[in-house]
Amino acid sequence: MSQTEIAPMAAGSPDRLTGLKTFWHYFSVNRGAVIGLFVFILLVLAALFAPLLAPYAPDIQDKTAFLRPPAWQQGGSTQYLLGTDPVGRDILSRLLYGARFSLLIGAVVVTLALTGGITLGLLAGYFRGWVDVAIMRVMDLILAFPSLLLALVLVTILGPGLFNAMLAIALVLQPHFARLVRAAVMAEKSREYVVAAKVAGAGHLRLMLATILPNCLAPLIVQGTLSFSNAILEAAALGFLGLGAQPPTPEWGTMLASAREFILRAWWVVTFPGLAILITVLAINLIGDGLRDALDPKLRRS
Amino acid sequence: MLRYLLNKIALLIPTLVGITICAFAFVRLLPGDPILAMAGEHGVAPARYEELKEQFGFNLPIWEQYARYVGEVATGDFGVSISSKRPVLEEFKTLFPATLELSFFAMVFAMVIGIPAGIFAAVKRGSWFDQSLMGTALVGYSMPIFWWGLLLIIFFSGYLGWTPVSGRIGLQFFFKPITGFMTIDSLLYGKWDAFRSALSHLVLPAIVLGTIPLAVIARQTRSAMLEVLGEDYVRTARAKGLSAARVIGVHALRNALIPVVTTIGLQVGTLLAGAILTETIFAWPGIGKWMVDSIFKRDYVVVQSGLLLIALIVMAVNLIVDVLYAVINPRIRAA
Repeated sequence: MSQTEIAPMAAGSPDRLTGLKTFWHYFSVNRGAVIGLFVFILLVLAALFAPLLAPYAPDIQDKTAFLRPPAWQQGGSTQYLLGTDPVGRDILSRLLYGARFSLLIGAVVVTLALTGGITLGLLAGYFRGWVDVAIMRVMDLILAFPSLLLALVLVTILGPGLFNAMLAIALVLQPHFARLVRAAVMAEKSREYVVAAKVAGAGHLRLMLATILPNCLAPLIVQGTLSFSNAILEAAALGFLGLGAQPPTPEWGTMLASAREFILRAWWVVTFPGLAILITVLAINLIGDGLRDALDPKLRRS
Repeated sequence: MLRYLLNKIALLIPTLVGITICAFAFVRLLPGDPILAMAGEHGVAPARYEELKEQFGFNLPIWEQYARYVGEVATGDFGVSISSKRPVLEEFKTLFPATLELSFFAMVFAMVIGIPAGIFAAVKRGSWFDQSLMGTALVGYSMPIFWWGLLLIIFFSGYLGWTPVSGRIGLQFFFKPITGFMTIDSLLYGKWDAFRSALSHLVLPAIVLGTIPLAVIARQTRSAMLEVLGEDYVRTARAKGLSAARVIGVHALRNALIPVVTTIGLQVGTLLAGAILTETIFAWPGIGKWMVDSIFKRDYVVVQSGLLLIALIVMAVNLIVDVLYAVINPRIRAA
């Protein structure tokens, strides 16, 4: 890092550009990560353009076509490519709209968990002492419960629903961020550049946010990616148990819940929503692995 | 060693207090009146309401209520279930062996496949086996297990008709539990067909619950093995002319297993969270299904005590793992 500062700077900001290039170089070595990124972009596009792509509205019921099998199976038609559910709704359309919910869940949960985790982790790692003890004891406590159980109990208190499920999951995932930030801050705090900034008269807030935080970003990005996929899984699990998004919301876990009683009669109502969850989570985890390889040499996968 | 143990236990005290505060707060944080909430849909008569208020101590100051709660819990009084009218602890004791049996077989499944697969992948690093194993492990790690369970039911129970769809044992078998483990009890009574029935009920849930631990263990074993294979003492062992099997099986594996043991211990929380979903899908009468059912029945006494008991179990297991880790690895004790 210090090398680039000494070297004469060319016009523009080649620094950032070469940074991105090195990043892409390491990231693209990992074939899986590139595939994951590609799938993820497709998912984002599907979510954004769901109203254009979906052949039907997600809640429209065709009373003449209950449990219609997918197009390639006997009894299916190209009218409903992936078949229909027990009340005659097009599964493909519901899946496309469902992508919106899953991505929204991931984004909201990670944003909440990151904000909370960074704030608490910075405070704990920077001030140490009783602030640290108090914050980290609470984090330990949250981690003492199995995550899904704690989320279930929180949703019981808050009431079932998509938003409350997101809040509960964010709270459950948040300690991982706090621990990570705290550890990184403690490692960085005594480094020379921090001491230099302190001597130069930077205040607590500036030291925490502008000096130390940017240097803790790499592990946070990796953890954020993994939490994104975790959030989708947990929200789908809550939806499946009937405590997340409520029907008729086309959330994938909720779709699975209402399909459960038909599993032995209509395989497609169960298979496709689950496959959508798996593909999404897998794509994000692949990206996470790639990011880890590219951003953090210490964590690099052998 | 004793000092290490005492130190570890002392560190757990704040968590222990925190867990009781959480369980205590749960009932009081429920929207609306806690007694009405606990009474559920049926409601209570006004006279009974006052009686219950007295009984639960809701008219006392909050810290006195907490002290009372801790006192009750410490003496093993976890309240009485509203829906079944049985003591919560008694229900827990009859249901917990089911979860334990399921988790045990899930873990055996995960270890028996995960550890050898991880070792083999590390030894044949970069081969097609390594690549496909790591790919499969990532799929397993990303698996929504509630869906995975449904798929297995569709295929093995529905299409092939090999395994039953739900429950722990065929309805025709009934015996008084000795250990609470169906597989052991059926053998103790010498009933082979009951044992077979118990095992066929166990296979699918154990696979479902073991899938994520399997993926984690395989990945962890591989990376631990790779790290150890690069160490000097492994090179020395090779240079001495020892056979490859001996170098891998004795010199490398023993050291590689230390982080793997920790990983296995840390899967307990994952297992209990997974048990909630697995037991719900397979109608497995364990504590996970008990918790979900109680939430829907609004039996909040059960939810409160179940939360407490499960957290205590996770805490105890983590302590045991820490201690075991210190026993295997003396370097930890000094720290």
